[in-house]
Amino acid sequence: MSLASLTKPWAATSYGFLDASAKRELRRKMLKAISVPGCQMPYASREVPMARGWGTGGLQVTLTLVNPNSSVKVIDQGADDGVNAASIRRFISRVSGASETWDTLAASIVQSRHRVPEEVMGEDQVLVLQVPNPEPLRGVEPNISVARQMHADADYGKLWLTLYEQIVRKGRIMQGAAYPSMVNGRHVMTPSPIPRWDVPKLNMARHLTFLSAGREKRLFAVPPFTRVEPLVFSDRPYRVEDHADLTCRRSNVSGFFMNELPIDGGGSAFEVSDSNLGIKAIRQAEGAPAEIGKTWYRNGEFSA
Amino acid sequence: MSLDLGLPALDRAAPRLMRAEPLLAMRDISKTYGDVRALRHVDAVVYSGEVMGIVGESGSGKSTLLRMMNLEDTPESGDYRLRLPQRDDGNLFDLGRYDRRMLCARHIGIVYQNPHLGLLMRHSSSGNVAERLLIAGERSFDVLRAKAREALDASEFPLSRMDARPIELSGGMQQRVQLAKAIALEPALLLLDEPTTGLDVSVQALVLDTLKRLQRDRKITMVLVSHDLGVIRTMADRVMVMRHGEVVEQGLADQVFQDPQHPYTQQLVHAKL
Repeated sequence: MSLASLTKPWAATSYGFLDASAKRELRRKMLKAISVPGCQMPYASREVPMARGWGTGGLQVTLTLVNPNSSVKVIDQGADDGVNAASIRRFISRVSGASETWDTLAASIVQSRHRVPEEVMGEDQVLVLQVPNPEPLRGVEPNISVARQMHADADYGKLWLTLYEQIVRKGRIMQGAAYPSMVNGRHVMTPSPIPRWDVPKLNMARHLTFLSAGREKRLFAVPPFTRVEPLVFSDRPYRVEDHADLTCRRSNVSGFFMNELPIDGGGSAFEVSDSNLGIKAIRQAEGAPAEIGKTWYRNGEFSA
Repeated sequence: MSLDLGLPALDRAAPRLMRAEPLLAMRDISKTYGDVRALRHVDAVVYSGEVMGIVGESGSGKSTLLRMMNLEDTPESGDYRLRLPQRDDGNLFDLGRYDRRMLCARHIGIVYQNPHLGLLMRHSSSGNVAERLLIAGERSFDVLRAKAREALDASEFPLSRMDARPIELSGGMQQRVQLAKAIALEPALLLLDEPTTGLDVSVQALVLDTLKRLQRDRKITMVLVSHDLGVIRTMADRVMVMRHGEVVEQGLADQVFQDPQHPYTQQLVHAKL
């Protein structure tokens, strides 16, 4: 018996761009992240053919998870057709043999920059969120060592204090994106700069969510059916953006998160941020076959 | 829980206070920083409702002892117990960082000489008070606001400025915010580290008046460290005199000031007079 007979040919295991040891380390850290929901796990972020800050953290997690049977969807601020999203999707497909898709329902892995799709994801799906700044305490404690002690002690008083100060100064909480949220009642995480609209989608979700920051070399996770609760005062309820009454000018759907577009002569028009949802709605209106899955929001109200 | 340490060899004739069980008892506290022995086998007791004054020259170990009482530091040896309702934490120096923080947040308040140590200068004054309540688990904005207002009012801080940042306030006002923060949770023990140093005489008198009123109305147990014998004389029921990290004399304030026994205390009192 030789070593050659015990190992597979190199070519057969080389999919996914990253070398096997890199993927092994990432898998271990991902398992640890799942074991301690919301807790940041450091990892040796590798070089990938993309600049830091453009989704290298999400890409490394996706490349670790992907296999030739995967179906990969990549979105950038809700859109499948952005340059960055298209480039990442093609790259992943080329190095792994995975198929590409724009359809949330058909994807086994959804890598996203700053949005959670509007259609409900299931148990067999993984959401990978790109995170620019994984440390929710960065704004209140610049010393990383101290911040880690604060996480260990669940010392989030200063984080609460920033919310208190916002209400005192502005009359309401001004945190628009990356709203600090308590995961499983223990660790506070930043859910990446997703809008407040998307944070409730992570609470008790059926799918697994990874959040990874390549530049900061940290990843954390929200396992399926895990509590994700935005930090809110008991007498100041959490509010999502007031998009419930807006209608998409192209697809005519309403009750979803919209992109605001300035128009000539002043004023604004709106387009649904989840571009594939808009495409499906247009196709349905034209009588073409297009299945829109169950959505987290119905008529602008969170209902999943 | 008995905190009888068999102490008061130095604590002469204090039967009025010492009939009660002590709130705080420290025994055999020693601490060295490099070559400097900051505390040498210090024993201390503080009784409920009293004001204990600690005096001594610079470097005598007063502030180090206060930091020990606030669990900010751990001595090489020693035992520290607090008698708190429905708690028995044993030797507090054996507690972990988290337990120390929670105990201090709920039961011990401190006012530092330097407000930068005790306040978040970029946050509002009411926010500084609210932070203490938030650490203790309060999650209602309206309750936070009401309690911050109440604590600031008790500290005689002008409520019209409750949302001003401490950095915009005078030294006296900053000390009042610190005081409000310290008393917000009605602590069992209030530690005051030279709270009036650096303030002009009139402001100093106002801060002392506020402290006296708080002590009278709320029966808060206080430990007051000061260089200023006048301040100690005005405030303290009992006095502990420290030198070179040791307690050289302690007793009722009137007695220590009128009839000092130790040569160093005599020197201090006469220098003042």
